Amino acid sequence: MSGKLRSRVINLYKQLHYMGKEYPKGADFFHTRLKKAFLKNKDVEDPKAIEKLIARGEYVIKEIEALYMLRKYRSLKKSYYPDEKPAQTS
Amino acid sequence: MSLRVLVGVKRVIDYAVKVRVRPDHKWVVTDGVKHSMNPFDEIAVEEAVRLKEKKVVAEIVAVSCGPPQAQETLRTALAMGADKAIHVEVPAKEAETLAPLHVANILAKIIQEEKIDLVILGKQAIDDDSNQTGQMVAGLLNWPQATFASEIVQDGDGLKVTREIDGGLEVVQVKLPAVVTTDLRLNQPRYATLPNIMKAKKKPIDKKTPADLGVDITPRQEIISVDEPPTRQAGAKVADVADLVQKLKEAGRI
Repeated sequence: MSGKLRSRVINLYKQLHYMGKEYPKGADFFHTRLKKAFLKNKDVEDPKAIEKLIARGEYVIKEIEALYMLRKYRSLKKSYYPDEKPAQTS
Repeated sequence: MSLRVLVGVKRVIDYAVKVRVRPDHKWVVTDGVKHSMNPFDEIAVEEAVRLKEKKVVAEIVAVSCGPPQAQETLRTALAMGADKAIHVEVPAKEAETLAPLHVANILAKIIQEEKIDLVILGKQAIDDDSNQTGQMVAGLLNWPQATFASEIVQDGDGLKVTREIDGGLEVVQVKLPAVVTTDLRLNQPRYATLPNIMKAKKKPIDKKTPADLGVDITPRQEIISVDEPPTRQAGAKVADVADLVQKLKEAGRI
């Protein structure tokens, strides 16, 4: 793997690891899965394939961000706006 | 416009943590409990950053009053896009009795020192739910206030703020300088990413004490006791209507 791609992959791993610390099912749950996912693709050499995998990782980051945001919003809404029906928000 | 904005951030027990009362019934357990930025303050920081992206705002100053660990909360604010931070350090013991009026006095002093044009605060903190600081700051400075904002737009040389009130929305126009407090639906705060947190370590954090600002923080209130809300009593299943009527009679409801 060329140096540039390598550092991008490492940064992606670091970012996912950092975000996993707050995962609802626990950091361990997330981190073991994260490691497994990266190890599974450790032999990928083709730069195009690596790009694709990085893009998938970035997509996962976005999804987790959205998950955290929604979780926070919902729990706040539950505690501070108890009478509202879900349909009214949007 | 190129405004200087102050946002207040408070370090509170994380929203996902199950809060427990301390054995001496004077406060809740805070040791070893995860803390994070008050979610309503996150919304305030996000709004300031968005106004900066629209070129309405020139500089964002984040301020926190609290124990040494409040610095981490300020780092998060810096990572989200604040330009500099001021940490008013209050020892952990005194931070427990720090009331909205103390914080409002501290903020008012900083606002005058830093020549701030707009103050954005969370409407309330999720730990004590006081919902007073923003109003008190506006009162102390004699500035207009727009509380519970769900939309903020620039309007001439002032702001047009949509407020969430009981049963609807209210639109107010405020002249600057002004105090705005944020409601839940104002925006969706961005996530402070790892690279941004790293970059935020280079941004400046000023340290001050309430004494530097000439603010007296002796408590004006005493906490007599902190208790959990009463637990709901278990219900029971009834077999049929007759049984239900009898049970209700026993309970003295009918």
